Amino acid sequence: MIALVAGSYGLKALGVSNLGGRIERRLGPAVTLLPAALFAALVVIMTFEDAGGLTLDARAAGVAAGAVAVWRKAPLILVVVVAMAVTAGVRAVT
Amino acid sequence: MRARFGRISRLAGLSGRLGSSNGSRPYLRDCIIMSLAVAPTGVTFGVVADAAGFDLARIVVMSALVFTGASQFAAVGVVNDGGSGGAAVGSALLLAARNALYGPVMRRALPTSAPARMGAAQFVIDETTALSTAQTDRRDAAGAFWFSGVILWLVWNACSVAGALLGAVLGTPETWGLDAAFPAILVALLAPHLRTAAGRTAALGAAAVALGVAPVTGAGVPILVSIVALAPALWVRARRKEPPAGDTRDDTPGTAP
Repeated sequence: MIALVAGSYGLKALGVSNLGGRIERRLGPAVTLLPAALFAALVVIMTFEDAGGLTLDARAAGVAAGAVAVWRKAPLILVVVVAMAVTAGVRAVT
Repeated sequence: MRARFGRISRLAGLSGRLGSSNGSRPYLRDCIIMSLAVAPTGVTFGVVADAAGFDLARIVVMSALVFTGASQFAAVGVVNDGGSGGAAVGSALLLAARNALYGPVMRRALPTSAPARMGAAQFVIDETTALSTAQTDRRDAAGAFWFSGVILWLVWNACSVAGALLGAVLGTPETWGLDAAFPAILVALLAPHLRTAAGRTAALGAAAVALGVAPVTGAGVPILVSIVALAPALWVRARRKEPPAGDTRDDTPGTAP
């Protein structure tokens, strides 16, 4: 927890410090692509990972429904509600 | 500046007509809309963190001091999947790295004295950067930064606590499909990054790598390993001479920053 707090603040402070401009020029291209990679990896892991293996369960249906909501430009709260409802629904009937 | 803002706002995953209203504080309306969007995310964070086994004190400390939504979600998600503390912190800090890029464009809005600037650094996040860089004059940029920073900090913390308390009442999170809320939010955060070929390459590559290594590594490790997908993505960007994420205009009218 301490490492997380210190690290996340440290990165913000580094940006506003005099070194900020140089960091942006050097690492900017890679860092702007980091969220795309990390979010995608987190999505598939949280959807398919189960106890060290991969599995296809109710989560996949819910996340797929949530993705459709995102694609239809639904507000975030609706995306969450749709994903949860579909997952809970599939779980209840299987 | 406009191109710069386009890039920053895309990086921040935000769209909409920021800074379009007039008046003495042109950022007020956008800031309120932003708070309304952040509130349910904060509640969800609290609920999910509670479900992952975080106690109220740790949720409060995290929201108050880390104050970077995506990183907090990543850290809690990795812990929830049984990952080590190191893997959780590593994933969260990789996501937090983009906050360092916001510093240079935010300097005009920040105090000039070094200690005050270091204090302000805590509020340099996706939302405040997008709102502040959308302002045309320097005073509004500073006003938008501080106003949105403080409001969002208060909303985020209050809603995290509310979510944690709500989570305790909800009981078994799986019954409510809460384990799907997490990845669904991340899909929403991911979507704006898929508009460029380089972004799509990074996302597809990372997803494939993560799924490939998941059965053989501990939880959390696939997230860290997935960043090897940046290599082909950077290659795609260089070959297509694509501008850094966000400089390409959205073709849908009304959603371009």
